[in-house]
Amino acid sequence: MAEKKIRVLVAKPGLDGHDRGAKVVARALRDAGMEVIYTGLRQTPEMIAEAALQEDVDVVGLSILSGAHMALTPRLLELLRNNGQTHVKVFIGGIIPDEDLHRLKEMGVTGVYGPGASTEDIIRDVRLAVT
Amino acid sequence: MDLMTYSEAVLSGDRLALTRLLTQVENNLPEGRASLIELFPQTGKAHLIGVTGSPGTGKSSLVNQLALHYRKTENKRIAIVAVDPSSPFTGGAVLGDRVRMRDLSGDPDVFIRSMATRGSLGGLAQSTANMAQVFDAAGFDIVIIETVGAGQSEVDIARLAHTTLVVEAPGLGDDIQAIKAGILEIADILVVNKADRPGVENTEKALKSMLELAHPAERVFRHHGSTMRIAAPKQDSSSAPMWIPPIKRTVSTEGKGITELAESIAKHLAHLRQSGDWAVRERARLEVELDALIREALVSRFRQDVPQQQYDAVLEKIIQREISPWEAVRVLMKENNESI
Repeated sequence: MAEKKIRVLVAKPGLDGHDRGAKVVARALRDAGMEVIYTGLRQTPEMIAEAALQEDVDVVGLSILSGAHMALTPRLLELLRNNGQTHVKVFIGGIIPDEDLHRLKEMGVTGVYGPGASTEDIIRDVRLAVT
Repeated sequence: MDLMTYSEAVLSGDRLALTRLLTQVENNLPEGRASLIELFPQTGKAHLIGVTGSPGTGKSSLVNQLALHYRKTENKRIAIVAVDPSSPFTGGAVLGDRVRMRDLSGDPDVFIRSMATRGSLGGLAQSTANMAQVFDAAGFDIVIIETVGAGQSEVDIARLAHTTLVVEAPGLGDDIQAIKAGILEIADILVVNKADRPGVENTEKALKSMLELAHPAERVFRHHGSTMRIAAPKQDSSSAPMWIPPIKRTVSTEGKGITELAESIAKHLAHLRQSGDWAVRERARLEVELDALIREALVSRFRQDVPQQQYDAVLEKIIQREISPWEAVRVLMKENNESI
């Protein structure tokens, strides 16, 4: 049967080891009927872009709690572009100061979710972003 | 890429085209099928290695180590297709095999693709075989297919792969598990992973006694009612001895036993080629594929020919227990000038 599934890569770049948030989001997206590829901890932007290419995902969700989002995010976006995956949408979950929100959105990040964000919002935004 | 077709781009090594084509094939889209038709003449070269076994026996870590080994020693291009289950309720899935394969990241000659079963049983997804064909055509020397954490009857992998590894771990079952029919019978190589754990001797002993008790003298493929027997080569002919599945101990987290396992895989490949088993398996596999396609085509043609009203009426009669499903088939076929 021809069926279009939304494929999402949930990745955890940087050096902090707190992956509970990433797992909660992965599970919520799964329960929303999406196929979630989970890559585990301590991924470099290069590893994430490579996985996004091999898995032909529609969306990449980054979980960043280390404060390195302003370094990691533009690098990943650049790598995705270099691979020809300009259609791939990127969202971020984690601890992101308000003053960075605007700049991240400008770079092309489709959503930023802090502590207390509802998974329903994330699911709705992911669905919107890929249609 | 605009000037090239997808299949031409894939053959020229374009990784973006490859990944897009894999998606089209997985979604069973007409474009994907068209490319498969173009690519088919290029297939039949790769060595397909299946890896199956219960959840938690360490299949993904083992695949990771095997791929690393091949990259270091033989410089072969490796594709990995890792299958995980879809939720039967939501259709969603978490595909987590890559977590164990981070060592392979950054190597352009390794391509890992995760896929969800999407409702298919048997340990593989419907389009796993077609995905393997794409990798084969794209010039990958070895395609490793990791099934879902399989239980006792997920044996589809044996039809697809040339060499099937069944992975066990200490402490998961006793010798009665080992003599049950099913997954152990399909093994070309038995792997006892996590061999640094207590109980490894017992697991190995149980597997050994299973092999001694009843090593099948012939392989029997069964599909839709007809059985296909492949006689074992005569023991006395010195050229092609019978293949007895070896039992290999590994500790994949530490990379122990991987070299020996790779040697067994190489021996099995040599055996397949010498004994003619390669051709036999190829034939059996393609026959199953052809039959499945014929069935699909006939069913869809038949359903097109039968007016929906008539179909619904017959279905209603079945529900009311006025006729049986077997009679219904006969009625529908007769009225539409088909013969059984």
